[in-house]
Amino acid sequence: MMTPELTQSFWMYSIFAALLFIVGLYCILATFNLIRVLIGVEILIKASTLLIIVCGNITGHQALAQAIAVTLIVIEVVIVVVAGGVILCLFKHNHSIDTRKLKNLKG
Amino acid sequence: MTTRLLRSVVGLALTSAILSIIIFQLNSPVAAVFELSVCAGLIPVIFITAISFTQRIAKSQLQERRRERLTRFFLLPVIVIIAGLALLRWLKIPALVLPSADGAGDVRLLFWNVRHLDLLGQIVVLLAGAFAVVVLFKEPRK
Repeated sequence: MMTPELTQSFWMYSIFAALLFIVGLYCILATFNLIRVLIGVEILIKASTLLIIVCGNITGHQALAQAIAVTLIVIEVVIVVVAGGVILCLFKHNHSIDTRKLKNLKG
Repeated sequence: MTTRLLRSVVGLALTSAILSIIIFQLNSPVAAVFELSVCAGLIPVIFITAISFTQRIAKSQLQERRRERLTRFFLLPVIVIIAGLALLRWLKIPALVLPSADGAGDVRLLFWNVRHLDLLGQIVVLLAGAFAVVVLFKEPRK
């Protein structure tokens, strides 16, 4: 059974992660700039990293949580690099990274 | 436009730095160091490189875009505050029953001795990313 202090801190961190998730989601939905969309995805991944670490800390499986968080960070970097490459290719073809101007799949 | 994007990237780096402090406070130093070095160090460099390859928006459009962005984003702080207050007010906190803890353990030993597939997955993802970048930036043959 968890102590009340531990329960309280767990829910506080969980609420913080939920708010971070809302910010990332809003950023993705509200912007038309592809680089800002990528920043929104980054914020979403950060929220999930925080939640994994908090769960590891609460359950006492810190090593496992850290291993999963490190894997998540590696995947995050690859996502940023590949998405950045795609954005640059789109810019080369369309001279814009505004999603409203990307209307054809041919590039 | 570019200045605004750079500010967004600096904000993201600051978020990563703050998150790494929180992770360090939660007794996870290895993940905190990774978060600080990779997410607050490497990823902003990638973003700034990508932004430097794009071009600045025309001054005539700048004011209009700024106004448009303000109308889209002014709701964000309101939504965050309302969601935070709602979660604090109505979220019932149940007493969680936890599984038995196996102790903190050593993350390095866990990585090398138990989580082999994670390492394999990371290597595959990194190679796939490198391959994707090579394909994306390949110049067409003349």
